[in-house]
Amino acid sequence: MNARALNLLGLGLVGAVGVAFLVLVPRLFELDVVLELTVYMIMAILALSLALIWGYGGILCFGQSAFFGLGAYTYAIAMFNIGESTIPLLLAIVLPAAFAALLGYFMFYGRISDVYLGVITLTVTLILFNSVNSTAGPEFRIGSARLGGFNGIPGIPPLNFPGNKASPIDLEGMFYLATVSLILTYFGLRLLLASRFGRIIVGIRENERRAELLGYDPRAYKLATFTIGGALAGFAGCLFANWGNFVSPTIFGLAQSAQIIIWVIVGGRGTLIGPIVGCIGIQWLTTALGANQPSGGSDWWAKIFANAPLILGIILIAFVLLVPKGLVPTLGDLGQWLLSSRGKRAKTRLEPKRAEEG
Amino acid sequence: MDLVALLAIQVLYAIASLALISVGLAIIFGMMRVINLAHGEFLMLGGYAAIVATSHGISIWLSMLVVAPIVVGIIGVIVERTIIRFLYGRMIDTMLATWGLSLFLVGLTTAIFGNTTVGISAPLGSFQIGAYRTSAYTLFVIAVAAVVLAAIFAVMRWTRLGLIARGTMQNANMAAALGVNPPRVYAITFGIGAALSGLAGAVLAPVSGVFPTIGVAYVAKSFITVIGGGAAILSGTVSASALFGTINQIATFATTPVFGEVALLGAAIVLIRLLPQGITGRFFRRGL
Repeated sequence: MNARALNLLGLGLVGAVGVAFLVLVPRLFELDVVLELTVYMIMAILALSLALIWGYGGILCFGQSAFFGLGAYTYAIAMFNIGESTIPLLLAIVLPAAFAALLGYFMFYGRISDVYLGVITLTVTLILFNSVNSTAGPEFRIGSARLGGFNGIPGIPPLNFPGNKASPIDLEGMFYLATVSLILTYFGLRLLLASRFGRIIVGIRENERRAELLGYDPRAYKLATFTIGGALAGFAGCLFANWGNFVSPTIFGLAQSAQIIIWVIVGGRGTLIGPIVGCIGIQWLTTALGANQPSGGSDWWAKIFANAPLILGIILIAFVLLVPKGLVPTLGDLGQWLLSSRGKRAKTRLEPKRAEEG
Repeated sequence: MDLVALLAIQVLYAIASLALISVGLAIIFGMMRVINLAHGEFLMLGGYAAIVATSHGISIWLSMLVVAPIVVGIIGVIVERTIIRFLYGRMIDTMLATWGLSLFLVGLTTAIFGNTTVGISAPLGSFQIGAYRTSAYTLFVIAVAAVVLAAIFAVMRWTRLGLIARGTMQNANMAAALGVNPPRVYAITFGIGAALSGLAGAVLAPVSGVFPTIGVAYVAKSFITVIGGGAAILSGTVSASALFGTINQIATFATTPVFGEVALLGAAIVLIRLLPQGITGRFFRRGL
């Protein structure tokens, strides 16, 4: 089988799994499970936004939660002021994208190196966290929406069908919306990465100087990638604000940013399916460990296993040290090694790097 | 006039505390090009070490100035030996691994000490400036910062250890060829950087209290101080602390502490845009 056929097979498989998931889950599970899975889908979109800008664009953004939170807050504030969800939804995408574009202009056109880029994005996240956290007083309001500071904004109205205020989307509808959005995001990004633009950003990641000498402007391409990532994260934030009808400043927090990084690391940089798998796996793991405490009420279990930072920290260290490529590329390598040990050595070597295709 | 004196002390204090929390990171980053995202947690551990030691009857001065640096220094050496040394030259991976370490330490201290703020009362009482009273502990923090910076200067400039450290920093291969053992130098450097962070965390513990996630409050500030300062460890830390501390304190004075911090972080981003190599990339180039 050649690479192209494999690629198409993979795409078909992802599509089939996605559609099966979409159709079967609401029929097989109770509403609480569906609700839980909805948030996994939303977070997977967030994971994809970082998969694009870090995994493919090579831009190490430690503050992806800034755009996520900005999307959530924008939606909440606009919703209280407008009442009909079409414009708030669009704003929740456009505003984070514009913010990403501004920040990106600052960073890429300033030619700031990778490491400083990480620190600046981290700092921006903290600025947002600190500022929003301190807006608890009644004087902090935008239109008719109170910012609420560390208390957050409760009771955010849900999305409605476009143009019809009277028909809000119910919980099951949210599941369909989140899952369809995730599937569309995945295929949209695949399309983007297969395009000329996608090839160029991967080229820039591999060797920025060379891409520049070939006549491409890395700054512009990175800025575009970063902006798309910001828009996606904002969209995920909007869905998240809808899911819980609540948003608080912890959405900007370092713990949230760290989680997004961990999903991408665990799943694998340079793939799209990896971060989705990593995101769902990690979320499932932390939820399961927190919920399934053995009876008898032993204190140490709660202290160790229901302790998300402890578990996530160990996972992150272990993956950086032992599985730096992430699960999906490592499994891919393993599969390739198994294939090649059956005497197809020469042929498999000529195939393009598999990590780019996932 | 009294107000000016009070404000001057506050500005000096802001500068001193910034320098204190940054210098451990500056040594690790400047010498080893390792970005330690668990730096905030080293400060937090220093605070806990001091508080635990004090509650076991050790005098507060001894626990702050001796116990905390030793404990955190040992933790630093362990971390270097078990995690960091596998990642030299992979800057991004070091950042990620130390971020994992940071989460791990937050989780661990939450499990041990619980998610509450513990504190020790600041010794030394207060003193009078005209119509105002202020804590004498403020002056102590300023003095500690001055002594630490002077000690680093002395060690780097005049001792054999400092010579070896500077040599390894400039050219590790050459230093190795001349009989220095770079891995050992790195382990010691990381330990010293961690110890200084522990000292800073302990000295600031009476001011801020200690809780597992306090590192977050420190980490961004110390990073931008180090990065804003640039390559030179001492002159970079001092100049960036002076700049950011002044901005922070004046903005705090004019508005609220929260917006003082926002002003600090905002100023840092502008500075990095203007001087990507940091202050010492442009000025004080021959500094230590």
